[in-house]
Amino acid sequence: MAKVEAKKKGLSDERLRDFLREMLLIRRFEEKVEERFKAGELPGFLHVAIGQEAVAVGVCAALEEDDVIASTHRAHGHTLARGTSPNAVMAELYGKLEGCSHGYGGSMHLYDVERGNLGANAVVGGGLPAITGAALAFKFRKEPRVALAFFGDGATNIGTFHESMNLAQLWNVPAVFCLENNWWAESTPNSQHSPITDFTQRAVAYGMHSIKVGGQEVEPVYDAASEAIDHARRGDGPVLLVVDTYRLVGHYVGDPQVYRPKGELQKLRETQDPITKLRGRLGLSDEEWEQLDGEVTREVEESVEFAKNGTDPAPEDALKNVYA
Amino acid sequence: MPELTYREAVRDTLATAMRQDSDVFLMGEDIAEMGGSMGVTHGLVDEFGPERVRNTPISEIAIVGAGIGAAMQGMRPVVEIMYEDFLTLSTEQIVNQAAKHRYMSGGQLKVPLTIRTQGGAGWSPGAQHAQQLEAWFVHIPGLKVIFPSTPTDVRGMLWSAIYDDNPVIVFEHRLLYPVKEDVPEKLEPILFGEARVVREGEDVTVIATGPMVHRSLEAAEEAGRNGVSVEVIDPRSLQPLDEETLVTSVKKTNRCVVTHEAVTRMGFGAEVASVIQYQAFDWLDAPIERVGAKFAPLAFAPVMEQFLIPDSEDVLEGIYRTVGRKRNGD
Repeated sequence: MAKVEAKKKGLSDERLRDFLREMLLIRRFEEKVEERFKAGELPGFLHVAIGQEAVAVGVCAALEEDDVIASTHRAHGHTLARGTSPNAVMAELYGKLEGCSHGYGGSMHLYDVERGNLGANAVVGGGLPAITGAALAFKFRKEPRVALAFFGDGATNIGTFHESMNLAQLWNVPAVFCLENNWWAESTPNSQHSPITDFTQRAVAYGMHSIKVGGQEVEPVYDAASEAIDHARRGDGPVLLVVDTYRLVGHYVGDPQVYRPKGELQKLRETQDPITKLRGRLGLSDEEWEQLDGEVTREVEESVEFAKNGTDPAPEDALKNVYA
Repeated sequence: MPELTYREAVRDTLATAMRQDSDVFLMGEDIAEMGGSMGVTHGLVDEFGPERVRNTPISEIAIVGAGIGAAMQGMRPVVEIMYEDFLTLSTEQIVNQAAKHRYMSGGQLKVPLTIRTQGGAGWSPGAQHAQQLEAWFVHIPGLKVIFPSTPTDVRGMLWSAIYDDNPVIVFEHRLLYPVKEDVPEKLEPILFGEARVVREGEDVTVIATGPMVHRSLEAAEEAGRNGVSVEVIDPRSLQPLDEETLVTSVKKTNRCVVTHEAVTRMGFGAEVASVIQYQAFDWLDAPIERVGAKFAPLAFAPVMEQFLIPDSEDVLEGIYRTVGRKRNGD
């Protein structure tokens, strides 16, 4: 296991400001989604990843354009960070044809194949085998591409994880398994679902290279992800990338979080907010901050307008796309 | 016309596809040097090498799931699940992933994956190596399901499966592997959704799948000797289903027997019976008979196993019930 410290090797302030913008966009987007959901405008149910923005942004920034990802039920951030527009994601949440899955998917099934997003998966661990297979295809075709699966700590206990890790290492395919460890499997804490707290130990069993990094600061996340992705792309084999992070919200929007120790959430919000940390790191003035916040907030507001004005599918469109 | 066994016909299609198309490759347990537990892929690793004929760990989730991922990248993987009982292990990937990626993405993705598997009773493998589970998968929108019963059919339909842009499950049957037949010189694709009238007749239509096609032909010969003319139809592809050919036949004969080796209850035959009664209700002169396995897991002792699974005698009894005769022809 290689532990990646925050290397000062060279992300420019400009690049970091881009990261901050992206992270703040995701934050404001998800806050808006919570608000619109509570207002009864959005069908289905939603999971937001507030607190985990540095993972989505840091990891996706380390990917190349031709790389592919699979996401999870907590997918808004991954999808936005991979380059899908807020309009297309918001329209999907409103069930519109302009949505990134054209109204067939919803929050838990955000796809954007053109941008290498092979889909968010509502079955925990469901996307890992296909990422292994996509990486196998890249190896077959000698293409310098990497396939990356996002998943949470809860997924490390399901068979898809173990079978995929084993096969990927056995066949030495260019896959990265990005474990976004937020310490909770829905309402079940790590202590009740896993006998270990250092998830890099899972890689040991498969002889797989692993990298661990804290997930609340985007720069080390980016560095660690770059190292993992480069490792896979070089043909040195798959990597388990463990990013320890915090979910600063409930499992789903509206979750009363009765399972959380009192005061924990407040403390984490005060000390572990990745956006606050990056803002401090960049030394943004209040004016700069307000300008940035105003820009992304407007972008999010516009996405809501776009979505509301979107096209409803015809009911019978439900019979399309069953077969190719 | 060359004579091929069912086993050789499957192998011939796999080899032909792999020769012409570098996107086709095989994954499965013991399929390389050993040639698969049924010997179907025997010799292919010698011609195509271990990269394209890939032995896998015992990981049915990953076998299917990796196939899905490679298929989404435009390859045409053919994965083998050694026994269809083990499909139960990969069912999440088949049902939630393979069948739904195209739909959930609003048409952005294709999953041209072929899943070959086999099963079938008649050799006392016990309760976990011979189930017939095809009906489970016919129930899932997004999947195609085929069950070829002859060398010619499996050769042409497996080809169509490999080149279909959707996930296709190919059910083979262990007892069919040695069945021999003259097959066309050149491999000819057989489209899905076209039933085959195996034997023409006037009095009763028997709709049969897999090994029951052959058992139904035996029953039809016997019935013929007793003055009952039987038409035997093999749907071949269960999804899509050629309803028209089935209904047209029953409108001619006015009687129908549906038979498969899977248990009768909630089996594929239940759907066929529903199709027939709805579309040919006014033509039916007798209740539709269903002939399948009795409702129990498959027993080990041969005498019990044989009691559970349907044979040609059971089909014959079904035929006679539709024409109001007892087994002795009275």
